[in-house]
Amino acid sequence: MDLIFEGIIKAFYLLIMLDSEVLGITLLSLQVSGTATLISLFIGISIGTLVALTEFPGRRFVVSLINTGMGLPPVVVGLLVTIFLWRNGPFGFLGILYTPLAMIIAQAIIATPIVMGISLAAIQALPKNLRLQILTLGATRFQMVWILIKEARLPLLAGVMAGFGGIISEVGASIMVGGNIKGYSRVLTTATVMETSRGNFDMAIALGIILLLLAYLINLVLTQIQQRERLR
Amino acid sequence: MTNFSPLLETRNLAVKKGGTIILDVPSLSIQSGKILALIGPNGAGKTTLLQALAGLSKPPQGEFFFRGQPISSNHDLFQYRRKLAMVFQEPLLFDTTVFENVSAGLKIRGLKRGEIEKRVKENLERFGILHLLNRSARKISGGEAQRVALARALTIQPEVLLLDEPFASLDPPTRESLIEDLERVLRDTGTTTILATHDRMEALRLSDHLAVMNHGKILQIGPPVEVMNQPLDEFVASFVGVETILYGRVSKKERGSFLASIMGYEVEAVGEVELEETVVFCIRPENVTLAPFRPSEATSARNVFSGKIIKITPLGFFYRVQLDCGFPLVAYITGHSLENLSLQEGKEVVASFKATSIHVVRKRMA
Repeated sequence: MDLIFEGIIKAFYLLIMLDSEVLGITLLSLQVSGTATLISLFIGISIGTLVALTEFPGRRFVVSLINTGMGLPPVVVGLLVTIFLWRNGPFGFLGILYTPLAMIIAQAIIATPIVMGISLAAIQALPKNLRLQILTLGATRFQMVWILIKEARLPLLAGVMAGFGGIISEVGASIMVGGNIKGYSRVLTTATVMETSRGNFDMAIALGIILLLLAYLINLVLTQIQQRERLR
Repeated sequence: MTNFSPLLETRNLAVKKGGTIILDVPSLSIQSGKILALIGPNGAGKTTLLQALAGLSKPPQGEFFFRGQPISSNHDLFQYRRKLAMVFQEPLLFDTTVFENVSAGLKIRGLKRGEIEKRVKENLERFGILHLLNRSARKISGGEAQRVALARALTIQPEVLLLDEPFASLDPPTRESLIEDLERVLRDTGTTTILATHDRMEALRLSDHLAVMNHGKILQIGPPVEVMNQPLDEFVASFVGVETILYGRVSKKERGSFLASIMGYEVEAVGEVELEETVVFCIRPENVTLAPFRPSEATSARNVFSGKIIKITPLGFFYRVQLDCGFPLVAYITGHSLENLSLQEGKEVVASFKATSIHVVRKRMA
């Protein structure tokens, strides 16, 4: 019990003193996962909406692929990205393995199917005649798609939360493609794993608390928007 | 207007779905400023026709001529679509305020804020819902929502308004007041309208022309009185030709009842009307009694007219007897009565019906 108690005290001390190493790790986590979420929103919403609105042969197969992708294991993504970015791999010439950029790529790959699957479901759940209604209001195809996305904004927000929540707490891919390099590619999750394995429970607990707080704060903000919208 | 050419003309509208033809309309012309009602049972093709007319069929169907100009390219089709507006059975409002909803069509067209505000308010006022301006479209009643949907369509100032069963999911009082308001707005603005409905009375009341549809085809099209009184085939007769439809003008008001003159004959009916107003009488054939001669003493039926039998059609258990009493009238009688009265075509007979049995429809004239 002492271990936990002392760990918590040390953790708060680290938090209150704004330990520069902890702060750096936190900022990098936000940067990497935030950027990856933005990329996944762009790709996920575009393709999700496109698949929801068009009929083509093999559509069901594509939808099932997207839904499977929502549960993509991060370690598998980490493995694939590592292979592709490996010195002798197809994109080895870029020399970006073990950099934050590689982590962003891996996390974006994990989050994109999640956002895509939720976008697809959100757009499909809109009334079928809504599209026709928007077209008869004089909309171009582009205007129609934009209005549909705005109509589905609440479920899409859930997609943002699921995507961001999935990758800020992800560790497997980040450690594989980022390398957990101190002061460079070390993020909250990879640092927590390392500190725990070293027996530095105080540091690990501090990092764990920050991770929880971050996830909570960001979801709190998004939930506020979502619930306010719902009640309007 | 001096322009008698149709506003919209279509040729060879045909839509297939899974191998079966669900719409087959060789030609159709829509007159400017008139209201055309499409009537028919569920699955008759009314919605398919409306969507085809809105240029929403995939792939695009038939040939279109708007004000005589052919619509040939995709660009033409888009420009044509900008001239029309459509309202569906569900209001399909956007998840935002009433103001944002009604302004949607104008925003899409990139109008200036001031102009948008003016037109939105004007149209909300028309439908008596200006007070809902800043309310959420998710927080209003079904009747209010359908008013918002209609205001949203009319704010565009469409040259053609397509209405797909817009009252079908409303309860009777809400529906009644909305029909009244819509009728006024359509007449005031002179908007060319095509209305799909399965309700005869709604069609009779609102339309200048009536098209009866079944199995994707238009079976008969013409003025409502003509279609309802002279159905071309059995289906039209069974669907809309049930009542005798008569136009009259209110000539005298009495306590609780009134007299209307129909082709020079005074007919008594019950209802709240204004003097000199045009009314439509719907008389159900089973409410018309036939007798060989005029009853000597006063009966409760004040509407007694002698007429000539034009046609007798057997309809299963009873016969449809078409009379000419100076105005057309249809009666149903049993085979037993037919024998007893020894009725036959060309014979004179006396028809009577109660004032209370007439369904009175008030109709604002175009």
